[in-house]
Amino acid sequence: MRCRPPSRQRRGGTLKLELRGITKRFGDLVANDRIDLTVEPGEIHALLGENGAGKSTLMNVLYGLLDPDEGEIVVDDVPRKFASPRDAINAGIGMVHQHFMLVPVFTVAENVMLGAERTSAFGWLDRRRARRDVAAVSEEYRLRVDPDELVANLPVGIQQRVEIIKALVREADLLILDEPTAVLTPQEIDDLLTVMRSLKAAGKSIVFITHKLKEVKAIADRITVVRRGRVVGTAEPSASEDELAALMVGRNVKLTVDKEPATPGDPVLRVDGLSVADDRGHRAVDAIDLTVHRGEILGVAGVEGNGQTELVEAIMGLRPAIGGAVELDGRPVLSSARHVAASTAAVLASGVGYVPADRGHDGLVADFSVGENLVLDRYRSAPFGRGLSLKPTAIRDSARELIDEFDIRTSSQATPAGTLSGGNQQKVVVAREMSRPLSLLVAAQPTRGVDVGSTEFIHARIVAERDNGAGVLLVSSELDEILGLADRIAVMYRGKVLAVVAPDTPRERIGLLMAGVTEETAGDGSAAEDGDE
Amino acid sequence: MVGPGQAVLSDAVAESVAVHGYWTRSRKAGLVYLLAGVFAAVVFGLATPAHETARFTLSVRSNGAGIDLPARVFAVAFGVVCVLVGAGMLGGYLKRRFGASTAVAVTAFVLSFLCWQIAGHFLPLVGLAQQTLYLAVPLILGSLAGVLGERSGVINVAIEGQLLTGAFCGALFGSIFASAWVGLVAAALGGGLIGAILAVLAIRYLVDQVVLGVVLNVFAMGVTGYLYDRFMQPNSAAYNTPPIFGQLKIPLLADIPVIGPVLFQNTIITYLAIVLVVIVTLALNKTRWGLRTRAVGEHPTAADTLGIRVRLVRYRNVIIGGLIAGVGGAALTIGSVGQFGKDMSAGRGFIALAALIFGRWSPTGALAGALLFGFADALQSYLTSMNSVIPSQFLTMLPYIATILAVAGLVGKVRAPSADGKPYVKS
Repeated sequence: MRCRPPSRQRRGGTLKLELRGITKRFGDLVANDRIDLTVEPGEIHALLGENGAGKSTLMNVLYGLLDPDEGEIVVDDVPRKFASPRDAINAGIGMVHQHFMLVPVFTVAENVMLGAERTSAFGWLDRRRARRDVAAVSEEYRLRVDPDELVANLPVGIQQRVEIIKALVREADLLILDEPTAVLTPQEIDDLLTVMRSLKAAGKSIVFITHKLKEVKAIADRITVVRRGRVVGTAEPSASEDELAALMVGRNVKLTVDKEPATPGDPVLRVDGLSVADDRGHRAVDAIDLTVHRGEILGVAGVEGNGQTELVEAIMGLRPAIGGAVELDGRPVLSSARHVAASTAAVLASGVGYVPADRGHDGLVADFSVGENLVLDRYRSAPFGRGLSLKPTAIRDSARELIDEFDIRTSSQATPAGTLSGGNQQKVVVAREMSRPLSLLVAAQPTRGVDVGSTEFIHARIVAERDNGAGVLLVSSELDEILGLADRIAVMYRGKVLAVVAPDTPRERIGLLMAGVTEETAGDGSAAEDGDE
Repeated sequence: MVGPGQAVLSDAVAESVAVHGYWTRSRKAGLVYLLAGVFAAVVFGLATPAHETARFTLSVRSNGAGIDLPARVFAVAFGVVCVLVGAGMLGGYLKRRFGASTAVAVTAFVLSFLCWQIAGHFLPLVGLAQQTLYLAVPLILGSLAGVLGERSGVINVAIEGQLLTGAFCGALFGSIFASAWVGLVAAALGGGLIGAILAVLAIRYLVDQVVLGVVLNVFAMGVTGYLYDRFMQPNSAAYNTPPIFGQLKIPLLADIPVIGPVLFQNTIITYLAIVLVVIVTLALNKTRWGLRTRAVGEHPTAADTLGIRVRLVRYRNVIIGGLIAGVGGAALTIGSVGQFGKDMSAGRGFIALAALIFGRWSPTGALAGALLFGFADALQSYLTSMNSVIPSQFLTMLPYIATILAVAGLVGKVRAPSADGKPYVKS
C-alpha cells in the first residue's frame, strides 16, 4: 500500500501548465480533439463551454482520472504522465470537483487528511497534526472552517472551501475548479471569487471551468472557449457577453427571453399551508402558501435542497404531505395531512404538465424509444391505445410530428431516448408534457444540462404555454432563468417562502433572500448566525 | 459570509415529533413494553406457583451463594417494572433515554419470565454467563467479518459459509496433523478462501453481492457435506478427531469470583475473539487503515480521487474478514466438541449478520448483539435441560425470535455505510 504523505517531486510555489494536442475518444465520440491550453503561473484561466463540450473530460485527463489517447501534459516545461490522481497531486495539481469529493460522515480534518495521512507507528493517525494543517491553510488563505465539524453539517459553500483546503494542504499550485458556482447562492459566489483572487495573489494558478458568462468576465485573466471537444478560440475578459456566447454556441444567440407582460387570470394552483417531509423524515417544506394564476409564470428561486423538490412532488401527488392542502382548479389534490386525494395520473389527466428536475431518473425511460417516451402519459387511451393493445401507427405518427415540432435531433422515433444528448432528451420530456392542453405546467430545472440552443427553445415554449392561458410553476436554481422568465418570483429558503417579489427586484436582494436574509432579519445580526466569515 | 443556502441538520428529536406527530418511536415502543409488562405480570404471575422460590445462584451449580426470590411476587414485580418503563415512555418522559429504557424494560420482562420458569428450580448465573460467551464466539467472529467487509462497501452474506468451511477445515487438518494449532490456521484459511472468492466475484466481476453470498453458502454446505459423507464420516478416526483447545486459565484473574470463571477461563479462540473486537474497534477509528476503509465504504469516488486504491482496500478487508470468520468456525469444532457435523453452523452466520446490523456496523455493537443472541441460545438450552413446561420446539426458536425482535423492533432505522453493496466502477 502506498501510504507516505505526498512527497513533492517539485517545489517552488508556482506552476506553469501546458496541454498539447490532448485527444480523448469514447468509442466514436471524440470528447477532446487536439486541445491546446496554456495556464501561466498566477493566472485565472477560464475554460468556457456548454455542457457536453468536453471541459470536464479534459480536466479529468489532466487530473489523472482518464488516460488521453494522444497529446501530452507539460508541467514547468517537463512532460508528465499522470496514471492516477496521486500523480497529478504530486505534480502540484489540485481539483475541486463539481460534485464534491467529501465523505459526509467524516469531519473536515478527516476529509482533508484522507489519502495523505500523517501517522505514527502502526498507522496510528496523527489527528492533532491534521487539525493543525487545516488551521494553517485556513489561516494563510483566509478560508475559515472548523476542522472538527462533520462535513454533512456544513453548508455547500463551506464544503467547497474544505475541498479547496484539501488541495492546498497537498501543496497544489494549480487548482482546477469544475463548475464551482453551480450550487452556490450569489453571496457565496462573491465569497468564492474573493477566495480565488487571494489564491491568485499567492501565486496559485486556477483553471475555472464554467458556462456562466458573468462570472468569467468578473474574474478571468484569459478565456479559452471549447465547443464540441475543440478549442474554438480564446478571448479577453473585456469581450462582451454576446461575443462570448456566440463563440461558445457557434452562432448568435439571444440571451434574453422575449415576452409580453403577463395577463394573469383565475388561480389554477393554490397551495395552502403545505408541509412535506423529505426522505429522512425531516420537514423539508414548512407551511408554504403559493398561488399560481392562469397566464402567469411563478418562478421559485432558491439554492437547491431548500425544499423545492419536495414541494413539486407533493403538488404532483408523488409525495404525501404532513399538513396543508393543495388545490387544482378548485379541486383538492391533497386535502388533509398524509392523505393523497388524487393519484399522479389523475393530476396529469386534469391538465397538468410536469417536467421533472432529474429527467434521466424521473422524466424518461432511457431504454424506451423516443416514440414510446412521447406517449408515456397517454398510452392507455385513444388514439394511442385501446383496451389491452397499443396502436403503434398512431404512436409513430404522433412521435414524428412532435419530433418535428420540437426540433428533437434524433435519427428516428425508434432510437432509444437514453442515447440522445441532454438537450434533446429534455426536449422529448417537454414535447410530451406540452403535447396536450395544459392548465398548469410544473417545470423543475427545465434547462439543466441543456445546451444554449435548446434552452432558448424550451424557454420560448414555456412562455408560449403561458400565453395560451396555462399557469406555470417554474422551479430553478439558476437565478438568471428565473429573472428572465418569471412574472412573479417566490424565494425559498429552508422550506419556507421568504418573499414573493416582482422580477424587476434587484438581483442582490433576491440573492440575499436565497441566503435566508429578509429585511426584518438583515439588521439584527442574524446574518452572522453561521459565523463563517 | 451570510446564512448559507442549504438546510442544515436540525434537532432530530424535534424534527421527528414535527413529522410523526404524537406517535414517535419512543411512544410506540412504550406502548409495546406496557402491554408486554401487563402480560408478564398477569400470565407469568398467575402461572407461577405461589409458594415456590426462584433461586439465582452465583455459581455453576445449585449450591453456593445465591439469591432466593419468592417467585410469584417477583414475576409480578418485574412485570410491573416493565409496565412502568413502558408508561414512562408512552407519557413522553423518557424520550431522550430510548436505549436505557429499552434495556430496562426488556431485562425486566426476561426476569419476570425467568421467575416463572425457575420457580422451584434454580438458575446458575455464572454457568449461564459462561455458556453465553461460549455460544457467542462464532457470532462475534462472524459479525466482525461482516464489519470488515461492509465498512469497506462489500456486503458479506457468506458468513455462514465461512463459518462452516472454517469448522470443516479446522476439524480435518487438525485431525490429519494432530494439532489444534494447525487446525486453527487451516480454519482461518478455509474461511479466507470463501472470502477471496466473494471478493473476486463481487469486486472484479461485479456479481450481485447478496445473491453471491447466498450462493457461496450453498456452495460451502454442498462441498463440506459431500466431503463429510464421502471421506470424513467413514474414516472419522483419521479425519474427524481433531485435538481441541482446552480451557486456558489466566493466572490470578481466573480466581476472581463470578467474573473470573466467566471471562478468564476460556479457550484461546474466545480470547482471540475479544481481543479482535478491541483491535478492530481501534483500527477502524484510530488508524490510517480504518480511515481509508471507512472512506471507501462511504464515498469510494472521493477516496479514488485522493489516490486511494479502492478495490485493493476492499479485497484486503473482505479476505481478512474471511480469515476471521474461519476462526469463528474453528470455535465450533476444535474450540468445542472436537468433531465436525454436517451443516453444523446451523444458521449462526445469519445470526452474526443480524448481530452486525443490531450493532450498527460497529465492532462493539456487533459484540453486544452476539452476546444477546448467545444469551438467548444459552437460556434455551438450559430451560430445555430442566424440562420446562414450554415445549422444547418453542424454546429452540428463542435465539431466532430474539434475532427478529432485536433487528426489526429495537434497532429502528439504521444507516449502513453509503456504498455498502455497490461495486466501484471507474467511469
